[in-house]
Amino acid sequence: MSIEQRVNDIKEDLDFFEDELQKYEYIIDLGKKLDSLDDEYKVPAHIVHGCTSQVWLVCEQKDGKLYFKGTSDAVIVKGLVYIILKIFSDSTIEELKDTDMDIVYELNLSEVITPNRQSGIIGMIKKIKEYAIKA
Amino acid sequence: MFKKDFPYFNNSEIVYLDNAATTQKPEAVINSQTEYYEKYCANTHRSNFGDANKATQKFEDARKTLKNFINANINEEIIFTKGVTESINFIASSYAKNFKTVIISSLEHHSNIVPWHMQGRSLGNGLEVVKVNDNLDFNFAHFKELLKENPNAFVSVTHISNAFGKIHDIKIITELAHKYGAVVMIDGAQSLAHMKVDMQELDVDFFAISSHKTFGPTGVGAIYIKEKYLKNVEAYQTGGATIHEVDFNSSTLLDSPYKFEAGTQNIAGIIGFAEALNFISHVGYENIEAIEKNVYNYLDEELRKIPNIIFYNNIEDSVGSRSFNFENIVHDDIGILVDKMGIALRVGHHCAQPIMKQLDIRGTIRVSISFYNDYKDVDKLIVALKRALSMLED
Repeated sequence: MSIEQRVNDIKEDLDFFEDELQKYEYIIDLGKKLDSLDDEYKVPAHIVHGCTSQVWLVCEQKDGKLYFKGTSDAVIVKGLVYIILKIFSDSTIEELKDTDMDIVYELNLSEVITPNRQSGIIGMIKKIKEYAIKA
Repeated sequence: MFKKDFPYFNNSEIVYLDNAATTQKPEAVINSQTEYYEKYCANTHRSNFGDANKATQKFEDARKTLKNFINANINEEIIFTKGVTESINFIASSYAKNFKTVIISSLEHHSNIVPWHMQGRSLGNGLEVVKVNDNLDFNFAHFKELLKENPNAFVSVTHISNAFGKIHDIKIITELAHKYGAVVMIDGAQSLAHMKVDMQELDVDFFAISSHKTFGPTGVGAIYIKEKYLKNVEAYQTGGATIHEVDFNSSTLLDSPYKFEAGTQNIAGIIGFAEALNFISHVGYENIEAIEKNVYNYLDEELRKIPNIIFYNNIEDSVGSRSFNFENIVHDDIGILVDKMGIALRVGHHCAQPIMKQLDIRGTIRVSISFYNDYKDVDKLIVALKRALSMLED
């Protein structure tokens, strides 16, 4: 499935909720589904800058594809990490390099996340792009 | 009861509990600025036509209002700045740079820490930090020790903690500091919104003031400089409006306050700030303190009923802000959720990372009240907090 298709799927899910708090409940539930990240990965090199909460992002390369793992100490941000990983993990390096990372703006997360916290999301995406370029 | 005087509350349903960050502005403050721009907008201290004279008069009236408000001795002791941060930077670079040691407290916010680091001072190397006791009390024994070890130091401490609402006993701190030949600057960012400050009674040497935390416009503040120091403080920046005589070889500066107020000031803002002070005088500090005490106590009582809440200080010797966390909950999650329920409060380190690190936390949830807040605001906050907590529970 292409990155664009994944974005559309998540957008559809999020758009289902008219009430913002329900949307957050959904994001919190997504966060709970996130695989736990071993403490050994929670090192400064994996910290995403720009987040008001602590976020770690780890990249693994296998057969020309990049796989991401990550987590946060904050529950809502965990949900956002889940969304970002769902979109970008298991993608080819070429696809990640070619994707316009602004694509996530289509999720309208800006409506639910304050500018402070958006910079965290942008930080995560930047790090993903960096991983792809370096790969 | 006083919300009707603040247009923000007529236009917003938000429960505003972020007063330590900035306060709302009374109608009179907003109108006074509009009036300046609409009716007599002209530069001050330069031109001689009618509107320029009126603007200059209003500007100098504002200085006098502030002088009377804090009971300074003379108008020249009041220098307008952009705010507390500029006031502290001004004194740090124009006066205190010559001091061997600067003593600050553990509860300082970044505005009273970073300027000292920029001078190359670090802990034990030109910078000393007074420890806090449990309950975030100022440790007077340690302070005394530091004063003894560092005679003639420059002491720069906050009056009321930005992050925790803890009040420092400035009068005693200053008395003690003066005994050891120290000079004292107080960061009064949070003071004027909550309590009467009197320069004669406190006997401080420098006092930094914020307009926007005191119901006035943003981008305005002041520094009080005790008369005996005026001649020793160098100009922080120079240029237009500061000079007596200039040729291509040299410049001579005017006396205080003009030599310290280079360029065109925030005229509308300063006029608005004076209006804010008039508004406070009209309401009266007795009323402000009485209302705030009731709401603050009620806030504390209601918060204490929520399980697993963690406080870092008692409410004795504290005013305005209540800072806390919940066990196993990240403050950021609470901030996001209560925002969506119409509650404006602040989560994070509140520009005071060092004390957060000392407490081994990354930040807190801070509810900060003003006299226009009421029990209903607290009730709505508690409902929102409980709902947020239930959403975040496993």
